[in-house]
Amino acid sequence: MSYTPELMELMKKVEETRPSRVGVNYPRMTPDERRDVLRNFHPDYIEDGFRELKVGVDKGARLTNEMADVFEAYSRLKDVDIDLTAEPDYDVDILIIGGGGAGASAALEAHSAGANVMISTKLRFGDANTMMAQGGIQAADKENDSPAIHYLDVMGGGRLENVPELARALVMDAPLVIKWLEDMGTMFDKKEDGTMITIHGGGTSRKRMHAARDYTGAEIMRTLRDEVLNKGIKVVEFSAAVEIILDDKGSAAGAVLYNLETDQYEVARAKTVIIATGGSGRLHYRGFPTSNHYGATADGLVMGYRAGAKTIYADSIQYHPTGGAYPPQLLGLLVTEKTRGLGATPLNIKGEQFVYHLETRDVASSAIIRECEERGLGVPLPTGITAVWLDSPLIDLIHGEGTIERQLPAMLRQFQRFDVDIRKVPMLIYPTLHYQNGGLLIDENGLSSVNNLYVAGEASGGMHGTNRLMGNSLLDIIVFGRRAGRHAAVVIKDLEVPVGLNLEHLNSYHKELEETGAADGRIGPMLLPRYTHR
Amino acid sequence: MTDQIQKVDIYIMGKKYTVPETLTIMDAMEYAGYQLVRGCGCRAGFCGACATVYRMAGDYELKVGLACQTKVEDGMYLAQIPFFPGRKATFDLEEIKPSTAHFSQLYPEVYRCLGCSSCTKVCPQDIDVMQYIAYIQRGDFQKAADLSFDCLMCGLCVSRCPANIVHYNAALAARRLYSRYIAKPYAFLAERAKAIEEGKMDAEIDELVAADKEKLQELYDNREIEK
Repeated sequence: MSYTPELMELMKKVEETRPSRVGVNYPRMTPDERRDVLRNFHPDYIEDGFRELKVGVDKGARLTNEMADVFEAYSRLKDVDIDLTAEPDYDVDILIIGGGGAGASAALEAHSAGANVMISTKLRFGDANTMMAQGGIQAADKENDSPAIHYLDVMGGGRLENVPELARALVMDAPLVIKWLEDMGTMFDKKEDGTMITIHGGGTSRKRMHAARDYTGAEIMRTLRDEVLNKGIKVVEFSAAVEIILDDKGSAAGAVLYNLETDQYEVARAKTVIIATGGSGRLHYRGFPTSNHYGATADGLVMGYRAGAKTIYADSIQYHPTGGAYPPQLLGLLVTEKTRGLGATPLNIKGEQFVYHLETRDVASSAIIRECEERGLGVPLPTGITAVWLDSPLIDLIHGEGTIERQLPAMLRQFQRFDVDIRKVPMLIYPTLHYQNGGLLIDENGLSSVNNLYVAGEASGGMHGTNRLMGNSLLDIIVFGRRAGRHAAVVIKDLEVPVGLNLEHLNSYHKELEETGAADGRIGPMLLPRYTHR
Repeated sequence: MTDQIQKVDIYIMGKKYTVPETLTIMDAMEYAGYQLVRGCGCRAGFCGACATVYRMAGDYELKVGLACQTKVEDGMYLAQIPFFPGRKATFDLEEIKPSTAHFSQLYPEVYRCLGCSSCTKVCPQDIDVMQYIAYIQRGDFQKAADLSFDCLMCGLCVSRCPANIVHYNAALAARRLYSRYIAKPYAFLAERAKAIEEGKMDAEIDELVAADKEKLQELYDNREIEK
């Protein structure tokens, strides 16, 4: 057991109160209580974490300091000569930047519509937040549910700030996406008769969370990847796009790629470009740990923005309420929401529940921060931080022994590696930086405000408003990946091979940076975080 | 806290570094100064990018772990295996069936397993790899799918197999075959998808899309929640 004797002593409180908590539902917050806790404790509302952007199409927009830092930065190509008149290294109809769930979905749809597609990705194909999504994917495919009911959950969860047309697309495509994945041989949790096993997630009004144990994203990603490879679609790994190339009309016409292993630049020409580069947790807003993939550094946002793509809610960040807090090796690691979905509840140092366990993520995170910071009822850890308990042993008490083993094998294994048996002892958790709610603004077809430039997945924004619900991001990447791929495949039929390829937009962006002094010598996109010599 | 942390000596590809004992192998490599490009992915035990082999000083046994999930120990000699070549058979899922006849065309080497259990011993997920290979040989795709499910495709099994089996790709094909042909399709899903495609769900949602925020907030705050 890696819990210290002090923690073991504190844990007794949890064990004492447990019998009285089984089967008892803590009350949900009223709408006013929700608004109050958000305003006072959610990091999105803490103003010194933000600043106004000094350059680009959204000049004056509010961004986190860390994201503003990568936006207000010089191009990596500032002093590099790229010959855009020579024969390009790659020449395709559709260039997809990013090899996660959105990129793979876009590739499959575009390919099946007859387009010549290429995926360029910074790390390995499949290295993405998709792979790490554990809990599930939402879709209204039960008889007591409908896309309209799903829509209301999405909008309410998103603080009604969602772009209605995007939220509509998200929920209407959801059952189609599940069907698409089922036909592709994705191994969803099912009953004997084929019925999908679905549970609640934070903020859902129907049990519509589909899962593949607690490897849901991994199962979807490896299936999509396998299918992309089966189709013979070209995939170039360790090849990070660093800038979007425009043509003589200012439309997207490709990208400059950077080979991370040989330090060489290459040019990919394409009639349309799909940015599917994912999120930005590795920017570590306000010093928070993150549950995100190593490559989540907002690259696509940076290059898309420089090319003129507008953003939406790029200042809105999701803190997942249940990030690992102890042992220290698990700091920031995502404890899947499915753990709460199955009945585990957050508890303070007295072993008392202080928030309904299935509040939306923003509300639950804020309540945990309040419990630790304002009320001083967090559990002090040897590492100097405070946390709250997540009473995982409740799960087997509620659903029967063996439930954790069957339903949460990844969680069980990850804690066991550090000698914590979550069937017997509660976890220690604190909010972790999890998701970029906004991103580059798109329409229902995934098209950004730049001609022939699409965005899909976490890099895009609008459908989730300023707070995404669990199970709607795995959905989002596939819905909008497919939509972008399909639409681009139609659009290219009327497009000539682009001419007049240029990077002029960088010059004007640099000029703005010079005039405002905003860049302070920074270079972007970041590509990889630096954790050396800490 | 920092003062109390003990340090240990580890050997990254034979070169000695002194690092805090609380670190994972991945954190220790970064602590030592490595900027990782290969051998680092999700950092949470899901992606299989950071397969690592090591031996403890003076011990003959080869050990394995994911760099992001394994704590350093004093006297650890380690190297990462971020990539190991493995063949993937391409197939059209609609053209094949979960049968030994079809599977043996995709992955004939599966049937040449020597039964040495090297794959099982080396799996960082503690999967009984050899057993799922045996299930595939027997044509029991359901059991193979179930047993192999937690595979991260890190490739360590492939690196040790004397019969040149690419276990993780065979397992993935088995899971897709099971899910496509043996697990029953969800009947109502097809019905719902059809209803959406035929526009039968449009009216209900379009009413909400047209509603103003006040109305939506009221509907949201008073919505019925399934028990």
